[in-house]
Amino acid sequence: MKIAFSTSGENLDAPLDGRFGRASKFILYDLEKEYFEVIDNQQNLNAAQGAGIQAAEAVVRAGANGIVTGHCGPNAYRALCAAGVAIYNCEAPTVAAALTAFRAGVLLPMESADVEGHWV
Amino acid sequence: MGQIMSAAKIEELVVISGKGGTGKTSLTASFAVLAGNAVIADCDVDAADLHLLLAPRVLAQHEFRSGHEAVIRMEECVACGVCQDYCRFDAVRIIGEVAGRPEFSVDPVSCEGCGVCVRFCPAKAIDFPERVCGEWMVSETRCGTMVHARLGLAAENSGKLVSTVRREALRIAEKNGNGLIIIDGPPGIGCPVISSVSGSSLVLVVTEPTVSGEHDLERVLALTKHFSIGTAVSVNKWDINPAMTERIERKAREAGARVVGRVRYDSAVTTAQLRELAVVETDAPSAEDMRQVWNDLGLTGNIRITDGVESLSS
Amino acid sequence: MILAVASGKGGTGKTTVSVNLAQVFGARVQLLDCDVEEPNSHLFLKGTLRESEIAAIRVPEVDESLCNACGLCSKFCQYHAIALLGATPLVFQELCHGCGGCEKICPRGAISEKERRIGVVETVEADNVTLIQGRLDVGVAMAPPLIRAVKSRLLGGVSAILDAPPGTSCPVIATIRGSDLVVLVTEPTPFGLHDLKLAVDMVKELGITFGVVVNRVGIGDDRVHRFCGERKIPVLLEIPDDRRIAEAYSRGELVIDALPEYRSRFSTLLWNIKELRGKKSGANHVRS
Repeated sequence: MKIAFSTSGENLDAPLDGRFGRASKFILYDLEKEYFEVIDNQQNLNAAQGAGIQAAEAVVRAGANGIVTGHCGPNAYRALCAAGVAIYNCEAPTVAAALTAFRAGVLLPMESADVEGHWV
Repeated sequence: MGQIMSAAKIEELVVISGKGGTGKTSLTASFAVLAGNAVIADCDVDAADLHLLLAPRVLAQHEFRSGHEAVIRMEECVACGVCQDYCRFDAVRIIGEVAGRPEFSVDPVSCEGCGVCVRFCPAKAIDFPERVCGEWMVSETRCGTMVHARLGLAAENSGKLVSTVRREALRIAEKNGNGLIIIDGPPGIGCPVISSVSGSSLVLVVTEPTVSGEHDLERVLALTKHFSIGTAVSVNKWDINPAMTERIERKAREAGARVVGRVRYDSAVTTAQLRELAVVETDAPSAEDMRQVWNDLGLTGNIRITDGVESLSS
Repeated sequence: MILAVASGKGGTGKTTVSVNLAQVFGARVQLLDCDVEEPNSHLFLKGTLRESEIAAIRVPEVDESLCNACGLCSKFCQYHAIALLGATPLVFQELCHGCGGCEKICPRGAISEKERRIGVVETVEADNVTLIQGRLDVGVAMAPPLIRAVKSRLLGGVSAILDAPPGTSCPVIATIRGSDLVVLVTEPTPFGLHDLKLAVDMVKELGITFGVVVNRVGIGDDRVHRFCGERKIPVLLEIPDDRRIAEAYSRGELVIDALPEYRSRFSTLLWNIKELRGKKSGANHVRS
């Protein structure tokens, strides 16, 4: 199982980015292999519109089964649901802390978008 | 003391008006002076006027590109007219005749950059370059760093330029440790306004006591409610029609907005403009009112420490 | 004659000029409120709503039974309005510009188009004025198609006044394109001059004849007049800074009704417009 974390950095100590579509990177963590890769989202950072949708496409393409992020807008939510990817809301400061929380099973899948679109 | 795991939250005040010409920019300039050390962002990119009051010295200038535009390579065009038939935006026109054949051209003003003509041109004679839509600048002013922009003529997507200006202002605030960003927002309730208010801390709607002001305020409040953003309302030139002012303030309260100070009708606002000064830098009678509005807003610009990671929340 | 009233910035008196001009027109006239984000003309014309029509753009709909998830539609869309994430593409209507590209590109004919509401077009009859106004739904960012829908209601053979949105961006161009003459309304202030210059560049680019109305004369200085003099731009009307005008406006009253002494000024404006149009078209008689 692979989980994507929205972030601005490239390692587990990097901060968890509260935004999904406009996060600059994703850390894709493989829970079985205990290994991660970095997915660049820079392109979407500058997208005029539809950043959440493009970010969703990018993480789905990379094979993520779940997303851990701060907030998720309606378009990204719809896109991720269609792909069968669960979204977990987390306020942990770093990717490592979010990963710990995820493993502990304290994160619950979001049941709807929690911010409006255009949440840049 | 233990390790601080919290992050500073930067406040963003967005001043909008719905209807134009209500004094939004004059108030914004005064706020910039009163705040002293905020980052200022002029997001009224269609008709940016804040620079006329704050006399920015441009430090850096950047091209703003957004989307693409279709350009027909005349020498390869076979004049089949497919592009014209397919264009939903009436952007393809016949501008003349060459050797008995119509000469097609894409009007850049009407082209929405969808790429349909590019994809379906049987002669593959249409280029699709990136479109330069304007420019944005980082400047120094007497009351802090200012990010502003100029949108090219008839350029679309000012929403993206607004996002660019806001993002840059936020980046500067983070780097320099400013706790507050003051944004002069665009008029209307469309895409640029949505881009300027979404995710902000507080929206101030500057309106006037007229039937138009009242009408537009309702639409603006519907928008800020839609995006769940805290909203304050100030009536400018309130004494033009005191009864209407009361009515607008009542409506604002009913819609869940906070009513802050009123600003009187004052010809000295124009005098300040002629002198390239913010109203609060002059002895205009309304300067006192603007200070009151500023105080009522209760934005200190002090860095607030919040729990958890709420940085970059906008 | 199709006459557009525009301004580089809002709040200069565009609507005041449009509605008062329509009222002194004498003959039957159509007034089109193309400021679809903030339509205000109706506040000054007491009439009856004759018609209200929904305006829509065409957006794609995917037939899942035909789709094989090839993803061509998603790759093609410049606006990221259609994305392939699961078994079939998802459509994000609010991002769609209605270009029709996905429908054309789909190799299996799985995409058809349906209508998505963006606002309404209302027709109001008020004496000699037929007001046609667009009203964009809140949260919709598609003004130009609604403006085109408003303009499609124009009847030929009857003169029209188009009240444009403020600024110089797409919605303004969509409004003034195709008009015979543009009146630019401004104020004699630094803001007014700055925004007038942008508006002048715009109408020149479009190659439309234009003149200027200076509103609230007396509040600033002579910079707008100097600019018009240097550029040989005709000043069609001056409206003095009169608090009574602002007060009448605040109550939703027409200037020419509340302050009859101004009626002749708007008649003069109409005359100046017709003369400017006659001069430019080289005709002895002004059409309609």
